[in-house]
Amino acid sequence: MSMTTEATIQELAAQKYKYGFTTDIEMEEFPKGLSTDIVRLISAKKGEPEWLLAWRLKAYEAWLKMEEPHWARVHHPPIDYQALYYYAAPAKAAPKSLDEVDPELLKTYEKLGIPLNERAALAGVAVDAVFDSVSVATTFRETLAKAGVIFCSISEAVKEHPELVRKYLGSVVPAGDNYFAALNSAVFSDGSFVFIPKGVKCPMELSTYFRINARNTGQFERTLIVAEEGASVSYLEGCTAPMRDENQLHAAVVELVAFDDAKIKYSTVQNWYPGDADGKGGIYNFVTKRGACRGRNSKISWTQVETGSAITWKYPSCILQGEGSVGEFYSVAVTNSHQQADTGTKMIHVGRNTTSTIISKGISAGKSNNTYRGLVKIMPGASGARNFTQCDSLLIGDQCGAHTVPYIENRNSSAKVEHEATTSKIAEDQLFYCRSRGLSEEDSVGLIVNGFCKDVLKELPMEFAVEAQKLLAVSLEGSVG
Amino acid sequence: MLEIKNLHARIGDAEILKGVTLTIPDGEIHAIMGPNGAGKSTLSYVLSGREGYEVTKGEVIFNGENILEMEPEDRAAAGLFLAFQYPVELPGVGNANFLRTSLNAIRRKRGEEELDAVAFLKLARAAVRQLAMKEDFLKRNVNVGFSGGEKKRNEMLQMAILKPHLAILDETDSGLDIDALKIVAEGVNALRDEKFSALVITHYQRLLDHIVPDVVHVLAGGKIVRSGPASLALELEASGYAGLEVA
Repeated sequence: MSMTTEATIQELAAQKYKYGFTTDIEMEEFPKGLSTDIVRLISAKKGEPEWLLAWRLKAYEAWLKMEEPHWARVHHPPIDYQALYYYAAPAKAAPKSLDEVDPELLKTYEKLGIPLNERAALAGVAVDAVFDSVSVATTFRETLAKAGVIFCSISEAVKEHPELVRKYLGSVVPAGDNYFAALNSAVFSDGSFVFIPKGVKCPMELSTYFRINARNTGQFERTLIVAEEGASVSYLEGCTAPMRDENQLHAAVVELVAFDDAKIKYSTVQNWYPGDADGKGGIYNFVTKRGACRGRNSKISWTQVETGSAITWKYPSCILQGEGSVGEFYSVAVTNSHQQADTGTKMIHVGRNTTSTIISKGISAGKSNNTYRGLVKIMPGASGARNFTQCDSLLIGDQCGAHTVPYIENRNSSAKVEHEATTSKIAEDQLFYCRSRGLSEEDSVGLIVNGFCKDVLKELPMEFAVEAQKLLAVSLEGSVG
Repeated sequence: MLEIKNLHARIGDAEILKGVTLTIPDGEIHAIMGPNGAGKSTLSYVLSGREGYEVTKGEVIFNGENILEMEPEDRAAAGLFLAFQYPVELPGVGNANFLRTSLNAIRRKRGEEELDAVAFLKLARAAVRQLAMKEDFLKRNVNVGFSGGEKKRNEMLQMAILKPHLAILDETDSGLDIDALKIVAEGVNALRDEKFSALVITHYQRLLDHIVPDVVHVLAGGKIVRSGPASLALELEASGYAGLEVA
């Protein structure tokens, strides 16, 4: 690349992040820091039953004995867990209906392109909006209730459907599973709950939109989705945060349970604030996502487009217990400027004839580092198990890094495991070819990158595929000169 | 009208073009022939604005504008089109999407209205038929898995849709069988009118049987050493390039 190219990279590496505004609203915050008192306070605030408080406290005890994991290829200064706020919520009482939601909040979601007014909403998509620590609105609840689908905040589910929550909470990701999951289990404040009863195909796309607004606040949301026999659902989460100089912690847990012939499709468009061009600020996105295919021929499919966050540490996984169950992981992870991503999946084959597919596309630009880390584990009983893994990395510029760390453990000789990996650079001749046809340099990069990610983007629900394409282009804006 | 005046260009330390002067009036087709290493491809890349080529002297005026200062995409919007000797593969990028994005980028720069998907598809299908291509060509990824002939046809399809004022064909005939050669020639001939001009760069005379040029230039040692009518190509075919460089 020429000198001008280098200069342009430096100049433009600062991404334009259009969701960086803050909402000025009266907030209720608990005192800084973490202790059993804070855990009790959160639980009391939510009017939780005794068993849940006990569960939280047990998780907190476990967390105290654990150490922050450092095996991922990411670097950050030590996190002071006592300097964070663990609960922040709009001060006004939780609204009973959409008409009662604070207009400031409605405006915020409007600006984010997520109208909560059902008339203005995207057709066919129901939204649960989570603002800092609490859910502020859930749309289309009546429509869904008619179909027998429960879609509400997890706090509400604890009150309205305690037997379901108690049965499944922590059944896929136990409270002491890992450092961040234990932290989440102790202090989770809200999130979404979805229950699709036997034989029901959810009539709408379900979506949760997470927004971090408050300063120095961690967001610890918990999502639980259960699909009974023959049920199916497609769920999408989106995330944004204001531009702030300090790093903010987001440690979520997502649990999915699929019974016989059930299908869960879970899509993520993650666009947390990535920090500025010099690597200042941004979200630490330390997330545990796991699905259990408990029933025969059940299927769990993770699709993620990860463009935001200063650091991403995330491995959406599938435990394939049911015979013939299917796990899929489709991922696009983009890092620019100083972003770091260490992401991938775990496919644990337990049952016979289970299959998994992993398609990972990593794109690194600027001074970023992008790692795919994945485990394919075939247990002794998983006769006839099959896995196909494809990991492709695309480098833009010469100051970034791409790494692929696949782990394969096969304990059944009849299993078949395939792994393919490629690393390429956006070639100068590809860029020139596009530009000689009239495309600007940035549009050329956008086109080439979208082509590179096509196998993953086509897995997204249609309503969001176009958004994701635009997001990719914006995330890489200025990455090539 | 394209005017190349005393053009000198180098790659690194090697001076490749050593004073090329050439004028192509509107409506004319000029051919450039010459031995390997004469600077034919360098000339096409310098004209279309590829990075890595340093112009040390001279100017290139296209319809009154000095295009050497312009980015490649702006040259495309000004009406310049380069048909590549080795068209580039773009995995995952659909041909129709690429063509429409290109066309609309150019139209936008020219202050023209963009074409919607329906209008574009109509235009593209007509062009595909005219070039005797299968319609699934539009659905395939840009040049991925294309045969050599298909890649060249795809260049002609792009040219037919982008409708340039000046097309530069950089050894578009290399590696083509006679049928594919005819398709390329038809692609160029279909655009021929009093406004369209073309610079056909070729090593062999055979393409010029099908695209009859108004003028033939011989490029050797980084300079135009001879110019003449279409018959010059036949003469070269018989006598070869030997001895021309010193002229």
